[in-house]
Amino acid sequence: MSGALSWYESTARQRLAGLLDQDSFVEFVGPEQRETSPHLPLFDLPAQFDDGMIVGQGRLEGTQVLVAAQEGRFMGGAFGEVHGAKLTGLLRAARELRSTPVLILFDTGGVRLQEANAGELAIAEIMRALLEARLTGVPVVGLIGGRAGCYGGGGLIAGCCSALAVSEQGRISVSGPEVIETNRGVEEFDSKDRALVWRTMGGKHRRLIGGAEIFADDSMASFRAAALSLLHHVPPFTAKTLEAEQARLEQRIARFGRCEDAVDVWTLLGAPDALSVPAMAYADFVVLADQLETSHHDAR
Amino acid sequence: MEQLNYHHTARSRAKGSRQQAIVGVVASGDLEVLVERTLPDGECEVDIRTSVTGFGDVWRAVVADFVQLRSPGGLKLSVNDGGARPDMVSLRLAQAVRAVAGDRP
Repeated sequence: MSGALSWYESTARQRLAGLLDQDSFVEFVGPEQRETSPHLPLFDLPAQFDDGMIVGQGRLEGTQVLVAAQEGRFMGGAFGEVHGAKLTGLLRAARELRSTPVLILFDTGGVRLQEANAGELAIAEIMRALLEARLTGVPVVGLIGGRAGCYGGGGLIAGCCSALAVSEQGRISVSGPEVIETNRGVEEFDSKDRALVWRTMGGKHRRLIGGAEIFADDSMASFRAAALSLLHHVPPFTAKTLEAEQARLEQRIARFGRCEDAVDVWTLLGAPDALSVPAMAYADFVVLADQLETSHHDAR
Repeated sequence: MEQLNYHHTARSRAKGSRQQAIVGVVASGDLEVLVERTLPDGECEVDIRTSVTGFGDVWRAVVADFVQLRSPGGLKLSVNDGGARPDMVSLRLAQAVRAVAGDRP
C-alpha cells in the first residue's frame, strides 16, 4: 500500500493496512463472528458486522502492538455497546500483558445516540481500562486524522492517552461545533464557519497549545512515523505528573484566557504572522511549531 | 428493515484461497459485503439486510446478474445495506469476489 495514501480519505481497514507492517494484522472478534449492535435493530437501522470498531494485534517495524480502529463512516464512528466493549477488552488485554503498546485510531463523533446509556457506560469503562493499562507502564497512543474527528467521549478518551498525533484534518474536542452553537448561541460559536471550526479544534491549534505531541501530514507514511516515535514516549503516570499537568492547565488559562480567537493565542505564543498559520503547508508548520515555545507536559 | 436471501448455482469455483474478506461500509448510499468461502464449489448464496424495503425485484435482478458475470462458486455473501443504488451494489459484490480471491480490495 502506498505511504502517500490519504489517511483522511481511507477506511479504518485501509488505515490499519497502511500503518502496520505488511500482512501483520490479526483481528480479534472479526466481522465473521457477527457481533453486531443489539440496539440498532430496535430502531430499524442496519448493523455493521464489526460495529464500526476493528481491534487486533500487529507489528510496527517489528514491534508487537495492539490496535483499535474506528470506522468514521459507519454512524459517525460513534461508540455503542459492542463498539465500546471491543476497545475495553483490548485495553484490558494490554493491562494483563503489561508490555504491549496500544494504538487507537480515533474517528468518532462521540456516543451513539441510539444506544446512549450503553455508549456512555462504554466511555467510562474504556477510560478506566486505559488508565489501568497505563499504570502498568504501557503506552497508549492516539492517532487522529479521520473524517469524524475525535469528539464527545472520544475526546475524553484521547485526553487519557499517553500521547497523541493529529493531522490538520483531525479535530479534537468534547462538544462539537453544532453542540456549542445549539447550547450557547451562534454569537458564541458559528458552526457553519468552517475556518473558525478548524482553527479552534483542528490539528494545528491542538499542536500549538500542547494538546498533541506530533503534527502529522495526511498520509499513511506520516502517521506511521508518528506512531513509531510515540511508542517510545512513555512518561511516568504518577500523581506528580498529574499535578504538573494541573499546574500547566492553570497557567494556560491565565495566559490565554482572555483570547477571543485561536489567532490571538498563536500571536501570544510568538507566531510572527499568526493569520497565515491556517494556510501554512505541512513542512512549514512543523518548523514553526518546533520554534514556538510550547509547554512540555505528560498528560493533557 | 427487510431481509432477502438468494441461492444460485454457479458455473465454477471462485478464484483464490482466502477464506473470507470484507469490503465496503454501512453508510448512506453504501453497503458492506462479508464474503465467506463456506459452500460447495457449485453453489452461491447472497443474504441481504437492507434499510430500504420494497425493492426485492431489483435485488433479485442485481444478484442474478452478479452470479452470471462473476461465477462466485462456493461463496456466501452477507450484505448489510445502507440504501445503496443498484450500480453501487454491483460494484461492491464484484469487489468482494476480487478481495476473497486475494486481490487487494
